[in-house]
Amino acid sequence: MTAARRFPALALIVLGAVLMVLPLLIVLDNAVKSPADYSAHGPLSLPHGIHLDALKDFWNRVDFGRVLLNSVLISGSVAVAGVVLSVLNAYAIGIGRIRGRTWVLAFFVLANVLPQEALVYPLYYLAKQVGLYDTRLSLVIVFSVIQAAFGTYLLSSVLGAFPREIIEAARIDGAGSWQVLWRIVVPVSRPTLGVLLVFFFVWTWNEFLLPLVMLPSNDNQTVSVALGVLQGQRLMDATMTNAAGLLGALPALAFFLVFQRTLTRGIAVGAVR
Amino acid sequence: MRARTPHPRNTYVLYLIPGALAFLAVIVVPLAMNLYYSFTSWQGVGTPTWTGLDNYRALMKDSQFWASFRHSLSMVLAMAVIPTAVGLVLAAALFDFVARHFGTRLASVLRACFYLPQVLPITVAGIVWSWILAPDNGSLNDLLKSVGLRSLQQDWLGDPKFALYSVMAVMVWVQLGFPVVIFMAGLQRIDPALQEAAELDGASWWRRFWHVTLPQLRPEIHVVMLWCTIAALKVFGAVYVLTKGGPADATNVPSYFSFATFFEKTQVGYGSAIATVMTLIILALAVVGLRFQTRAEEAQ
Repeated sequence: MTAARRFPALALIVLGAVLMVLPLLIVLDNAVKSPADYSAHGPLSLPHGIHLDALKDFWNRVDFGRVLLNSVLISGSVAVAGVVLSVLNAYAIGIGRIRGRTWVLAFFVLANVLPQEALVYPLYYLAKQVGLYDTRLSLVIVFSVIQAAFGTYLLSSVLGAFPREIIEAARIDGAGSWQVLWRIVVPVSRPTLGVLLVFFFVWTWNEFLLPLVMLPSNDNQTVSVALGVLQGQRLMDATMTNAAGLLGALPALAFFLVFQRTLTRGIAVGAVR
Repeated sequence: MRARTPHPRNTYVLYLIPGALAFLAVIVVPLAMNLYYSFTSWQGVGTPTWTGLDNYRALMKDSQFWASFRHSLSMVLAMAVIPTAVGLVLAAALFDFVARHFGTRLASVLRACFYLPQVLPITVAGIVWSWILAPDNGSLNDLLKSVGLRSLQQDWLGDPKFALYSVMAVMVWVQLGFPVVIFMAGLQRIDPALQEAAELDGASWWRRFWHVTLPQLRPEIHVVMLWCTIAALKVFGAVYVLTKGGPADATNVPSYFSFATFFEKTQVGYGSAIATVMTLIILALAVVGLRFQTRAEEAQ
């Protein structure tokens, strides 16, 4: 391809990439405008001076610090509990090669694709019965299991390829299966477990339906739900809407930057299996 | 120790116990309860009354239900078919055009741009887009005005004629990064000699794309199409935040339909029947898709 044809093609791709990012840039642009600036110049002008009132108003209105803490607590606990559960399941399936493992694995795969709509009402009802309704713990339990369905599926095939000589050698040295798990299998599989931790954290962070149903009170809400509910009420003016969009996007962008390598590698792992 | 357990392998079953109990409580029992509710009439309080297949019979005649599944097909187009097709071209272009002629750094920056919407919580995407597409003072209408196309201004999410297309466009934006990243990773395992040979033979970029890249990426295409189709059938958050299924049910999808039936109309039996039908369709698709994939892998 000649240079004369190369640049138009590149320009087209770059234009596409800009269009993908543009909505967020517009949000950033409008989140720092004053309402007067916004109504005078519309959404497409650059801000005349940085104005942080909309961000502060939104922060106080939804008690964003608390909502953020809820999301961190729930997603963090789910990531850890989900990985532990996945490791135990995958140890039995991938290394223990228990009888009927194909069927057990098929069960986890199907549990993973199940629509949450088919679980939501019974979970809501059961949570009320056992007094866990409107507690963050209820979500931790439910999502640890749901995420572990994927974790078990992925880890089982990873552990299925685990070098058996290492395990045999440890067993001959007198290590029990519990010691082999924590002293050998877990340390060796650390990269995969890291990817799973990140996945579970981000996925739980972005969940919407179950948190919406299980956490009605403002004190327990997660970032996703607080934003979704506020949007549904249509009570925000334009600059506050943009502030909400910006504050909601920032944590996700932070994870993205921190975890970018892990995530890209992990997506590749998930795709090939 | 060894004498007591002649088959040490069997002890591994013990590790499955916590997982089995947890899955029983959170997945199996609720799923069975949902199935049971779907054969009853229940408002969520008191005892459900058994009505057999009544809910399913009513569903078959419910035009709202059929409309919601038609909208699901539109979502499959917007979240699986279009992103896969566009993602293939983009990934190939980024991988062997941009990276080769303009450097891998630029290629990975561009990839990050395409992937960005994937990392945002769907509610953030919803807030951002419902404001951009707003009828008064929305950015899109403002942009149309400023380039002199005022006649094209619409109430993008509020007009039943446009709402579904607007939601579809947003979903393409949300979903596109996923195939791009997967296909770019897949391209890395393809032997570059194949591309070089085709290039030496004078094949154009499009011919190489069609005859070399596409067949090589078949496993990734399977995975992406299957996962994106399932995601499309489940789409809920975006519809909740953008349109709440409206206007006049123009963007209602099964997940939102069942949610509204559960928690707004409190017709738990009917909502469960919708959820059960959804589950059956998704599970059938997953089983067929996974078998197809395993068979394709074995054939290679």
